[in-house]
Amino acid sequence: MTDALSRLFETRDWLLADGATGTNLFNMGLSSGDAPELWNVDAPDKIRALYAGAVDAGSDLFLTNSFGGNASRLKLHDAQNRVGELNRAAAELGREIADKAGHPVVVAGSVGPTGEIMEPMGALSYADAVEMFHEQAEALKEGGADVLWVETISAPEEYKAAAEAAARADMPWCGTMSFDTAGRTMMGVTSAAMVDLVEKLPNPPLAFGANCGVGASDLLRTVLGFAAAGTERALIAKGNAGIPKYVDGHIHYDGTPDLMADYAVLARDCGAKIIGGCCGTTPEHLRAMRAALETRPKGPRPTLDQITAALGAFSSASDGTGEDADAPARTRRRRRG
Amino acid sequence: MAEEEDDIILSELPDEELVPQMHDDLYDGLKEEIEEGVNILLERGWAPYKILTEALVAGMTIVGKDFRDGILFVPEVLLAANAMKAGMAILKPLLAETGAPRMGKMVIGTVKGDIHDIGKNLVGMMMEGAGFEIIDLGINNPVENYLDAAAREEADIVGMSALLTTTMPYMKVVIDTMVEQGIRDNYIVMVGGAPLNEEFGKAIGADGYCRDAAVAVEMAKDFMSRKHNQMAAG
Repeated sequence: MTDALSRLFETRDWLLADGATGTNLFNMGLSSGDAPELWNVDAPDKIRALYAGAVDAGSDLFLTNSFGGNASRLKLHDAQNRVGELNRAAAELGREIADKAGHPVVVAGSVGPTGEIMEPMGALSYADAVEMFHEQAEALKEGGADVLWVETISAPEEYKAAAEAAARADMPWCGTMSFDTAGRTMMGVTSAAMVDLVEKLPNPPLAFGANCGVGASDLLRTVLGFAAAGTERALIAKGNAGIPKYVDGHIHYDGTPDLMADYAVLARDCGAKIIGGCCGTTPEHLRAMRAALETRPKGPRPTLDQITAALGAFSSASDGTGEDADAPARTRRRRRG
Repeated sequence: MAEEEDDIILSELPDEELVPQMHDDLYDGLKEEIEEGVNILLERGWAPYKILTEALVAGMTIVGKDFRDGILFVPEVLLAANAMKAGMAILKPLLAETGAPRMGKMVIGTVKGDIHDIGKNLVGMMMEGAGFEIIDLGINNPVENYLDAAAREEADIVGMSALLTTTMPYMKVVIDTMVEQGIRDNYIVMVGGAPLNEEFGKAIGADGYCRDAAVAVEMAKDFMSRKHNQMAAG
């Protein structure tokens, strides 16, 4: 029994994923502060429009509107008892749009972070994290999601907990982390460390990679880091449409469709198989990305200089891999037994 | 660590070795050792404020610098902050009794419309780790929440966090309201969040933009020492 994503992998060298969820929902009138997941039930036509926007722009795969659909996040809106309902609805709407596309489109059930800090630094236990993710995973599965799509994770333990939840729900999965702190995740994970983490999982993902983070340049440096670590697994690149800029009292992402088209082609050259956008990426960007991936030939793996020349400078000099892996360490004077 | 060394008996160390050892133990996030060290120094007659500043805050300053320089990452810093808090818990009632100057009190929350709180939580934990008192307002806070809590708690610092480009401008609403009410100068206003930058912080009239939690702690300490100096001079 194979899943929809594995079947697509057999016939395609690259897949276009979707763009932003938040950005596009705000454009449709979501007021900030509200939980986007409530719209799966309260405004389903807008969610259909969100999904259709990606599919019509050429996405082979899109994420469901369930990023904050775990009990810990929904609790902030006093909706912690609606995990099943909201995630099921997110996936059902996705299934409906995907099945109307007339060609195979993968419904990826989005699973975002709990937002909690895990033990021993914070209060969330591994077991509780698995339970929360599992509750969400079962509902996404029931609603018809083809795969689970774990994203924007910072902590290795949380990534593992999501993997275990996928195993419990008997679902194939993909999982990306957000590398937003000098090339590492907030919790200090480098691209090389993530490869190591992924390959040691008992149920490794169908594909893994990076999403969100800083800009498109940083994200591709991370993808190069995955490739350099020698993984054979499919890689995901889902970068933001540039960097938010504050101009004359307004804020906008500075990534144009043309820039995201260049990013998409470079992402493929870096070794990514699933290529999409994150914050700031609209259907207009996706169309440009699709056109570029279809019309421009695959090239050799780019250098860091070629990436910055096309997409702009990195946010930090190093990303903690390669020669920089021997980062300065504080010499310990002594250690207690 | 490869080297095998004998256990160190904290109580056998003279003060000038115990304090650096506590800095190391903070660095390693060893909560019980920090509690033990604090108790030993108290027994030796150290003033609670001296223990706070010389053993704990000084140790956390090393942690903060290594975080800033990319040697330590969030997990290690949080463990260190937890150890610091455990030591602080012993000192807190004693500090109050002895009328020692406080590190400072901060009201913190994400602004109205913003439900992304992990950055705010990290700043809160690290500020507590540096000895500050934190009043956490949680997420989605309208102006009144900040101002009421700041007044009620006699806070020194108001901290606002936003992750969304759509919610960042609300920080200016809070600051403008403070100006209107003539209370802006009563507080230090610090702002943070992934999409922000220095320029934005200045544009909305904040005292400081905190790129990350380490910067927030350093900035808060700097502001507080200036405030203390002003009070001493005035």
